[in-house]
Amino acid sequence: MAAVMPVPAASRVLMSGNEAVARAVWEAGVKVAAAYPGTPSTEMLEVISGYPDLYAEWSVNEKVSLEVAIGCAYTGSRAFCCMKHVGMNVASDALMTLTLTGVVGGLVIAIADDVGLSSSQNEQDSRYWGRFAHVPVLEPADSQEAYAMTLYGYELSERFQVPVILRMTTRINHVKSLVTVGERGEHVGAGFRKEPARFVMVPGNAGKRIPLMFKRDGELRALAETCELNFIENGADRRVGFIASGPAYMHVKESFPNAPVLKLGFSSPVPFGKCRELAALVDQVVVVEEVEPLVETELKAQGLKVIGKEILPVQGELSPNVLRPAIARLLGEPVPETTRLAPLQVFPRPPTMCVACPHLGVYYTLSQVRNLNISGDIGCYTLGAGHPWNALDTCVSMGASMGVALGMDKGRGEADKDKRVVAVIGDSTFLHMGMQGLLDMVYNKGNVTVLLLDNRAVGMTGGQDNPGNGRDIHGEEAPRVDFAKLVSALGVKDERIHTVNPYELPVLFRTIRDEVKVPDVSVIITDQPCVLIKDYHKLKPFEVIDDKCTGCGNCIDVGCPAIHVTRRGKEVKASGREVDLAFVRIETSVCTGCGLCVQPCAPKAIVHHVPTSPIRLMTKGGCAA
Amino acid sequence: MSDNTNILVVGIGGQGVMTATEILAEAAIALGHDAKKTEVAGMAQRGGVVSSHLRFGKRVLSPQITPGTADVLLGFESAEAMRWQHMLKAGGITLMNTARLVPPVVELGLFDYPADPLAEIRKGGNKVVAFDATTIAQDLGDIRLGNTVMLGAIADHLPFGAETLLDCVLRRFQRKGEKLVELNRRAFEAGRKAVGAAEAAAA
Repeated sequence: MAAVMPVPAASRVLMSGNEAVARAVWEAGVKVAAAYPGTPSTEMLEVISGYPDLYAEWSVNEKVSLEVAIGCAYTGSRAFCCMKHVGMNVASDALMTLTLTGVVGGLVIAIADDVGLSSSQNEQDSRYWGRFAHVPVLEPADSQEAYAMTLYGYELSERFQVPVILRMTTRINHVKSLVTVGERGEHVGAGFRKEPARFVMVPGNAGKRIPLMFKRDGELRALAETCELNFIENGADRRVGFIASGPAYMHVKESFPNAPVLKLGFSSPVPFGKCRELAALVDQVVVVEEVEPLVETELKAQGLKVIGKEILPVQGELSPNVLRPAIARLLGEPVPETTRLAPLQVFPRPPTMCVACPHLGVYYTLSQVRNLNISGDIGCYTLGAGHPWNALDTCVSMGASMGVALGMDKGRGEADKDKRVVAVIGDSTFLHMGMQGLLDMVYNKGNVTVLLLDNRAVGMTGGQDNPGNGRDIHGEEAPRVDFAKLVSALGVKDERIHTVNPYELPVLFRTIRDEVKVPDVSVIITDQPCVLIKDYHKLKPFEVIDDKCTGCGNCIDVGCPAIHVTRRGKEVKASGREVDLAFVRIETSVCTGCGLCVQPCAPKAIVHHVPTSPIRLMTKGGCAA
Repeated sequence: MSDNTNILVVGIGGQGVMTATEILAEAAIALGHDAKKTEVAGMAQRGGVVSSHLRFGKRVLSPQITPGTADVLLGFESAEAMRWQHMLKAGGITLMNTARLVPPVVELGLFDYPADPLAEIRKGGNKVVAFDATTIAQDLGDIRLGNTVMLGAIADHLPFGAETLLDCVLRRFQRKGEKLVELNRRAFEAGRKAVGAAEAAAA
């Protein structure tokens, strides 16, 4: 990933939007870059951390990352901060006042909207923040624009002393296309100048900044009218003209190469004059934007007759596939058909936990304990809601497992009086926003058993380091938080804190079963590393002795993807009940010997594999058998 | 409409689908094409479905391939090759690994793995070439070579010669020593040969 670094100026290279932004951040002479990982934004900071001459950090959450960037920008140095769309919700408290103080050194905030929810709990349109916080929004349509707009963002930010939002979507962050890169320029900040009337936002000071913010809005709107990021491309087919931004622009150009288009790169404040100019050229105007009708609504309020979400979806990604039929219907033309086969029905392939994942032991155990209401959180372990465990009942936002659990406890009615409330949260999520919830739970005398799954990584986004594993963004040693001490300091009684190896199922089962009965806050910390990080060590693989397997299927309930069914059967029990049998094998080439499946195997049919030929290991990047 | 070449590479998380597509993109760029590569991967690191889109030509606008317009479908896994058939244009070709990767939902008995994905694909009427890339890689001594076998398999179905693609593959291994370069060269050629042989047999 960091391989983009040695690329000399003027080279044309294949880069993702994330890599392109990272390059521009480095070229802009940024001094501080901070972020919390989140798909599809993660690679921006990962790549930035590979560049020299700047400070990069994984912050504990997005709000802290923005505050770190703000501090840097106050000193006159350039700063960068990035996050996924939901991260901006967390950081927004800082943003809403930052807009009043403004910045000294340039500050670009890249927000990555997961349009189409490839890996998120919701879909949001981050362009709203531009309107809400009165800051300009730039919207790239490919990697080259992401690069160029980041550089422009720093100029804009310093000229108006305003933070700038670079609004990206998955189709910008993760799409690779060609970028021509440039030279790095030095940027020297003047140093922090004490100016309480500007930087100390108490009512008396803040109130005086609000008129300045509105004045700036007007200046930015005037600039958007002349800025070359907003341009009209004329065309011969003037039945429909389009106003488009971001990836939607590419889909418009692909679908209607002869139509006039107003491309909005500097999309907020909206240049109404430019929009009117386009409208004068064409019979009707269609606004094409992902995902909410923001530009459309503002244009309608201006009295412009435009069409938008009446004919286009308000959810998910746009594509030529969506645009062509919509416009054909608008024009009363036959809907263009592509000759294509009907999709064939194939089983779903949802994401799974990894072979030997330490979470497998936790969810297998939770699936065996009755009468639990389990509030979950965000990370790999959200997969516990799926088969075969079905052992996670809620997922809302980062850290929500704590507050939701307390609310389930306090709000329980007659129907839930015998239910035990359990909260499941990962190490990084706990440090991000779970700690406060636990403190609240302890302070308010809740009755919840918390499972803190410490796998020493931000697993879902690729195993980034965090304060829980004692390594910084460069993999260098850093102070490591002690979870047992931390929860003790938050007020959990020491006898209610247990650290358990999640591969030892009987101990884990006993601990959970005992703790859910105690009417108090308990914290059970599991302490084995994510199998995808270097802290994990593989053990000797297991195999199934075919003759001994009785087909009971207990091992399948663990949910490890290394276990495969070889044949199925039926058995009639003495009671007359018919049960399904599933005989299994273990894919020894991927088994790493965690031993979880061995424990529920009644006939002891699972034993260490004795290799008859050299083991063929399937590793990351390999083509699996 | 565009004159782009559309290549769809599909498989599951961890198989190297995205890397393979990136190498294909590098080859297209080396020959002076504009190119865009995009994935619908999501949480694919955890064994989910991955479909990687590559479009190249004089100028590429939308990164996504529209259903019914893929020229070539390169399938790293049988059921996945089947899943994406509707993406092919009429007259498009499927090049697929016969390997079957059975997910936990099938092991749990909740869904069935198709009995004969190849036969299902053939019903669509487009050309399909199937070969066992996994065994080819294993016979060469390392299952990780499967990725290169797959790239070899597509080498003669591109609007440019195999040499550029091979160069791009080998460049990835240059720093890792001559032995690995040689192994990958053999894997690439084995993939080419497997497809060539399967086509000759079908003709």
